[in-house]
Amino acid sequence: MKEVHYQDIVNSVASMCQDANYELGEDVMNAFKNAAKQEVSFMGKEVLNQLIENANIASSDRVPMCQDTGVSVFIVELGQDCHIVGGSLYDAINEGVRNGYEEGYLRYSIVDDPIHRKNTGDNTPSVVHIELVPGDDLVIHMSAKGGGAENMSRLQMLKPSDGLEGIKNFILETVQIAGPNACPPLVVGVGIGGNFEICAYLAKKSLFRPVGERSDQQHVAKLEEEIMNDVNKLGIGPQGMGGSTTALDVKVELAPTHIAALPVAVNLNCHASRHKKAIL
Amino acid sequence: MSRIKIDVPFKNESEITSLNAGDQVSIWGTIYTARDAAHKRMVEHLEAGKELPFDIKNQVIYYVGPTPAKPGAVVGSAGPTTSTRMDKYTPTLLDLGLKGMIGKGYRNQDVVDSIKVNKAVYFGAVGGSAALISRAIKKVEMVAFEDLGTEAIRKIEIEDFPAVVINDIEGNDWYKMAVEEYCK
Ligand code: SF4
Repeated sequence: MKEVHYQDIVNSVASMCQDANYELGEDVMNAFKNAAKQEVSFMGKEVLNQLIENANIASSDRVPMCQDTGVSVFIVELGQDCHIVGGSLYDAINEGVRNGYEEGYLRYSIVDDPIHRKNTGDNTPSVVHIELVPGDDLVIHMSAKGGGAENMSRLQMLKPSDGLEGIKNFILETVQIAGPNACPPLVVGVGIGGNFEICAYLAKKSLFRPVGERSDQQHVAKLEEEIMNDVNKLGIGPQGMGGSTTALDVKVELAPTHIAALPVAVNLNCHASRHKKAIL
Repeated sequence: MSRIKIDVPFKNESEITSLNAGDQVSIWGTIYTARDAAHKRMVEHLEAGKELPFDIKNQVIYYVGPTPAKPGAVVGSAGPTTSTRMDKYTPTLLDLGLKGMIGKGYRNQDVVDSIKVNKAVYFGAVGGSAALISRAIKKVEMVAFEDLGTEAIRKIEIEDFPAVVINDIEGNDWYKMAVEEYCK
């Protein structure tokens, strides 16, 4: 059985938190560059160029690309033959976040209680989802998820008779309501099926896929493209300044569901789509 | 397209009334930072009959909660936050003489109306462009509510701060106008 040490997890999480905030992934940068070429609105193009410049400054100065350095969200694929030694996995992740955010001059954006709202002062607790998988690897996916886009995300329990049309309408409506608030161009994460909580989780999980990558299921890939097309006809454009680039990408994930149910969740990600991966 | 240069705090009403939704501007001068917690506290102070921690007349508030400054830096990354969360408190501040706000995203109808009545202006900056915007910030001074950390009120000096007029004194909304133009 493979052993993974507590401290190695801490260190790896700390550097992921910093890298995610300083270095925009190549996938998003390429999407910016393509969008800047194709954008039809003058101000939309200006915004995209400003975002490219911003990302370059962030990576060369090692400063956060956005001041909202987010909730640290983790999806952990834990191999069932992997043994974590020296402490709990949750503690290791939170310690990594604490160190990464403090040493990296990242903002603390978490309050301890949604009603009393006192800042915890170290950006913990993070959100951790663990999936048990075959094998002995520990794979950690990290995302710094900003509040602006998260706040505009929605979930609805549709009726099966609402069908594909109902699904599409709900997604378009969500993007429309979000408008400039969610910092477009967006990555639109969609979960369809499952139950109430699975559906929301699928939408979040879809945002961890690289921008530009299509689903490997053909009918889902087609749906992603169709929705992307429709979203980009809404006219919202980069930062709501008008234009043809409202979304950089649309991701869809499906799950089996109840005969009476058609849950749909839309988790929006802003253009600061920050995700990193580590294999231990 | 060239940007209209704006000096703040505002001195004459005409500097505001001449602005139109969609104008690209470059803002120079001194502004104050405040977001959710600072707004809540400012309005609580007013309700308790206390004074605001700074003279708000003719001033501009920037909705921002910056990252901590690295050693040697003036400020950390400092892009705009979503303005609508401040909507509840904004008309009160506009009635007291606040003239400008910088943030991102829609304002509610109460704010749009209050901007009109009070002859003020709402500017949108590019959300998520925080590393670039921080280069326009030349000086930072703590003003009040230091215990709020990133949410404290700070006075900042800015040079060539890039923004766009979203809501003007005519009640126009650039976000809505832009969508209408490009919606297919
Ligand atoms: S929505 Fe994203 S880009 Fe916009 S301010 Fe929040 S984290 Fe930054």
